[in-house]
Amino acid sequence: MTDATLTAPRPGIITRMRLKMPFLVVLSSGWIIAMVLVAIFADLLRPYEITQMNLSARLVPMGTPGHLLGTDELGRDMLSRLIQSIRVSLVIAFGATILSALFGTTLGFLAAQFRGWVEHVVMALADFQAALPFMIMSLAVLAFFGSSMVLLVCLMGFYGWERYARIARGLAISASAQGYAAAVVQLGAKPSRVYLRHILPNVASTLIVSMTLTFPEIILMESGLSFLGLGVQPPQTSLGNLVGFGREYLTRAPWIMLAPSVVIVLTTLSISLLGDWLRDRLDPTIR
Amino acid sequence: MLNFLLSRLARAFLTIMLVMTFAFVVLRLSGDPAMVMLGPDAPKDAVDAFRARWGLNDPIWQQYLAYLTQILTFDFGVSMRDQSPAIDLVLERIPATLALTIPALILKVGIGIPAGVYAALHRESIADRGVIMMSIFGFTIPSFVLGLVLVLIFAVTLDWLPSGGQDTWRHAILPIATMSVGGIGILARFSRSAMIEVLGQPYIRTAMAKGLPWRDVVWKHALRNAAVPIVTLVGFMVGALIAGAVVVESIFSWPGVGRLIVVSVSNRDLAVVQCLLLVIASSMVIANLFVDLAYGLLDPRLRHKSAAH
Repeated sequence: MTDATLTAPRPGIITRMRLKMPFLVVLSSGWIIAMVLVAIFADLLRPYEITQMNLSARLVPMGTPGHLLGTDELGRDMLSRLIQSIRVSLVIAFGATILSALFGTTLGFLAAQFRGWVEHVVMALADFQAALPFMIMSLAVLAFFGSSMVLLVCLMGFYGWERYARIARGLAISASAQGYAAAVVQLGAKPSRVYLRHILPNVASTLIVSMTLTFPEIILMESGLSFLGLGVQPPQTSLGNLVGFGREYLTRAPWIMLAPSVVIVLTTLSISLLGDWLRDRLDPTIR
Repeated sequence: MLNFLLSRLARAFLTIMLVMTFAFVVLRLSGDPAMVMLGPDAPKDAVDAFRARWGLNDPIWQQYLAYLTQILTFDFGVSMRDQSPAIDLVLERIPATLALTIPALILKVGIGIPAGVYAALHRESIADRGVIMMSIFGFTIPSFVLGLVLVLIFAVTLDWLPSGGQDTWRHAILPIATMSVGGIGILARFSRSAMIEVLGQPYIRTAMAKGLPWRDVVWKHALRNAAVPIVTLVGFMVGALIAGAVVVESIFSWPGVGRLIVVSVSNRDLAVVQCLLLVIASSMVIANLFVDLAYGLLDPRLRHKSAAH
C-alpha cells in the first residue's frame, strides 16, 4: 500500500476516468452539442407555442401522445417549455461567461500592465467580490432594480470575473518576465499589441479552462435565482423557473419538475467532465 | 507577524468599506431613494421627512459621509413592512439559520475530509472511485433539485419526514441533508487532491526513508501539511454560516436569514436588504480574517510571504 501511494501525483481526478473510459467525455460532448443544437433550433423543434394553453389537457402525465413530457396546470406542453427554457438558460450562461471572461481578463491585464495603484484597485475589487456571496449580491441588486432579462445577463456577467482577473494578472506578469514579451516590447510594439497578439494566445488555454468551470456555476446560479422567482420572469421561462414552478405541483405532477432537473444536472455534469478533461489536456500550469 | 496582522486587518476593513459603498451606489443608482424606500404611494410629508432624515438635499459626498456614520452607529433604517428596525429583524433570524448551517457544517467536515483523505490513501481502490463519483455527483446537483427530490422521496412517497416548517428536530433533517451534500462533495474532492499532492512531496519520502511508521507519516507529516489548504476552504464555509442557504431555506420554508432575504427582495424592502448585505459581508470578512490568521499559525512560511505582498 505504501509504495502505491508514493508514486508521483498524476493530473486531475478525471484524467484517470478518461484513461479508463474516454467514453464519458464523448458522452458529455454529445450531450452538450445536443443542448446547443436544441437552443439554436428551439423554434423549429418545439411542437407548441410555450404559452399555448389546452385546458382540456391539464396536468397530463409524461408519455401522453402529443405531450411527450406531459403538461402543466394550464395545459401548456412541457416539452415545448423545456426546449425554450434550454435556449434561455444557455443564452444567459453563454452571454454571462463571455462577459465575465472579457471583463475579468481586461482588468487582470490592466493590473499587470500598469501595476501600482491600478493593480491595488483591481485586487481590492476582486477581494470585495470574493468576500460577498454572489447569490446575496445578485439578490440585493435585483431588489433595488427589479428583474429584467438584460439586467440578469449583466449581473451574471460579473460571476467569477475576479478569478479571470487574478489568473490573467498572474499569467501576464510571468509572461512579461519571459523573453518573448520583452522581445516584442523591444521591437517597439504597443502594449495593446503585446497583450492581444502575444500574451493572450499564450494564456488562452488557462482562461478557456476557467470558462468551462464558470459556465456550469452560472447555469446553477441563474436557475437558483429563477427557482426563487427572482430571475427570469414569466411568461418567459428558464430551467430554474420550470423547477420552481414544478415545486408547487410536486405531489400531483412530479414530471413538471423532473425533466428540467435532469437537463440541469446532465448539462452541468457534462460541462464539468469536459472541463476537467480539457484542463488535464490544455493547462500547462497544472501539470 | 505584526505586519501580517495589520495588512490583513487593513484588507478586511477595506473590503467592508467597499461593500458599504456598493450598497450606497446601488441605492442611489436605482432612482430617488425616498421613492424607492417608501414606495411610490408614500404621502408627501413622509417623503419630505425621509429626505430630511437621510439628508437627500445635501451634496452627494455629504450624503455618503452621513450614510457611513449611520451604518457605523448600527442604524440601518426601519423595515417597510412593520416599521421595526431592520437590524432587529435580521438578528432574530440568525439562530434559526445557524440551527441548520452548523450541523450541516459539522457533517461536511466530518464526512467530507475523512472521505477525501481515505480516498487519497487508497488510490485506485473501489472506495476511491466511489468517493470520486459521489463527490462529482454532490457538487453538480443543484440544491433545489436535490431538496425537491428528497421531499419527493422522504416526505411525499415514504411519508417519513415533514416537508417544511420548523416545529421539531425532524423538520431540520431534510434541509440539513440537502445543505450538506454539495459541501461534502467539494471537501472530499479538495482534501483528496490536497492529500495526494502532499504525499508526493520529498519530505514524505524523507520521513519514510528514516523508517517512521506509516501511521506517523500520515498523521504527523502528511495531514498537517494538507491541513493548510483545507482550513481555508472550511473557513469560507464558516463565513457562509450566516448567509446560510437561501435556496434551501426557501424550499423547506425555514424561517431563517435566507428566507428573509428572498422575502425582502420580493417586497423590495430595501432597508432590510441593505442591512442583510452588510451583516453577511461582515461575517464573511471576519471569518476570512480568522482563516488568514489561522493560516499564518499553521504555516509559518506564509507569514512572511503574505506580509510581503
